Amino acid sequence: MRENIIQLIYLVAVVGFALSLKWMSAASTARRGIFAGEIGFILAIGATLALPGYTSEGVILIIIALAIGTAIGIPMGLKVPMTAMPERIALSHAFGALAVGAIGVAKFFLDGEKFGKFELAVLGVEVVLGGLVFTGSLMAAGKLHEKLPQRPILFKGQNYVNFGIIGICAAIVIYLMFRPEDTWLVLVLAGLALAVGVLLTIPIGGADMPTVIALLNSYAGLSAAALGFVLDNKLLIVAGALDGTAGLILAIIMCRAMNRSFRNVMFGAFGAVDETAGGGAAGEVAPIRSASTDEAADIMKMARSVVIVPGYGMAVAQAQHKVRELADALEKEGVDVKYAIHPVAGRMPGHMNVLLAEANVPYDKLLDMDEINSDFPQVDVVLVLGANDVVNPSARHDTSSPIYGMPILNVDQAQTIMVVKRSMRSGFAGIENELFYNPKTLMVFGDAKAVVTEMAIEVSGQRDAISL
Amino acid sequence: MSSDAIITSLFVFVLAGFLGFEVIRKVPKLLHTPLMALTNALSAIALVASLVVLGQARTDYSTILGFIAVVASTINVVGGFLITDKMLKMFKKPARPAPAAGQEAGS
Repeated sequence: MRENIIQLIYLVAVVGFALSLKWMSAASTARRGIFAGEIGFILAIGATLALPGYTSEGVILIIIALAIGTAIGIPMGLKVPMTAMPERIALSHAFGALAVGAIGVAKFFLDGEKFGKFELAVLGVEVVLGGLVFTGSLMAAGKLHEKLPQRPILFKGQNYVNFGIIGICAAIVIYLMFRPEDTWLVLVLAGLALAVGVLLTIPIGGADMPTVIALLNSYAGLSAAALGFVLDNKLLIVAGALDGTAGLILAIIMCRAMNRSFRNVMFGAFGAVDETAGGGAAGEVAPIRSASTDEAADIMKMARSVVIVPGYGMAVAQAQHKVRELADALEKEGVDVKYAIHPVAGRMPGHMNVLLAEANVPYDKLLDMDEINSDFPQVDVVLVLGANDVVNPSARHDTSSPIYGMPILNVDQAQTIMVVKRSMRSGFAGIENELFYNPKTLMVFGDAKAVVTEMAIEVSGQRDAISL
Repeated sequence: MSSDAIITSLFVFVLAGFLGFEVIRKVPKLLHTPLMALTNALSAIALVASLVVLGQARTDYSTILGFIAVVASTINVVGGFLITDKMLKMFKKPARPAPAAGQEAGS
């Protein structure tokens, strides 16, 4: 009886989870979604604590563990700056995977011999996924935080080593299905999974991080669902499946936005493409036009419409608030300002949207690539701010370019293109950008934040006021 | 687990996958980062399993692992919901009175 009531409460919790995702479909209802999710959680935890079989020692430990987790979770949730969001998300994948992996290993030790072959196989997969996502996410967080080099690290036969280890993992899982009493092998399995997580992420460059984060999200969900199978817990299965599909959908969107396959992202080591590919154009020094910030600001002030294209460079420079100030100043002059967001701009899905939302940019001004691409011929000025590959026209016609076929923002169709850049160094992928040599392009050299600050002052005329 | 239970679980998994696919497909790109934060918080429901392992405290091993798991998933639940909310709070409604606002009040 009690068991059935608990299951029914779990069912209500599942409905809460589903609603919380459904309400995420619009910014106006999304916060209601969080509430639904929280209710689901409180019900699920309450029902779980009503289960029989806890020892008094266990209950004390639960209270301590919940208290520690909450004490760490609250500052992590409230204090994190928006610019640190990609590594924060990666870190939370790591925590989730750590929990699932630890429980998976514990279950092997506790009940391994009671489980059937199906449960043992699923449990094995779960331990592998948990371990892999744990170290993979830590690596991703390290790369995003720039504690680790963002460039791909490659060695000969990398993919063979990876597949070899994954093969050994599969063999161990199969062995454990028949001999679950050899529990020490579970520890070997977990260790190998941790190694795989590192090995799979070191060859992946920063530009591919949006896809990788989404994929890790998906794996984390799948491992939770796997745990649900083993424990016959439908709540875990549903929540895991929802998380798994969410990650998968995001990863597919990211891959499409780069015109690349999963296989290519995971094993292609994008950033390591031979640099001669796009280097031909660089050899012959094409003329570029540059402008001072003041000149650029004056041109924007005269324009009817300005589209700002933010990229990772804006995030690095933390220039989003200054960008907003510039946009405000331009709008005061009667200029129509919009933002064009490429799906893979930045280091995680939706990165630019979050940053600009933080800077109080109303979200109806943030336009997807598909929404804005056909408008560029009517745009007077495009301001490219720390974006590079996503505006490189080579993607449309240069079959030798590593980014050939990737959908880009057609900024080259605008009347004037301004590119804010530190120097002429090529972008992350090491690809020369022919946009810089377009006769309509003006290069504005300098730090994104400094340049935008200057521009905002020039447009608003504050400088004249001060000098008077 | 009996084979019946496994089949039931597979049904639940596949249908939940479809539900997730249909629901999440409708989430606009604008909200993809909050979406990741939210699904992360939701998948921390592994907390439920961790609580049982820790609460039963059957062996030293399982208690230590359970403790780690409860701490890690509590961080994700608490931090995940807070962070999602913090992000969503920043998404300002368009300045002019949008028709969406009226709909919301009506619903």
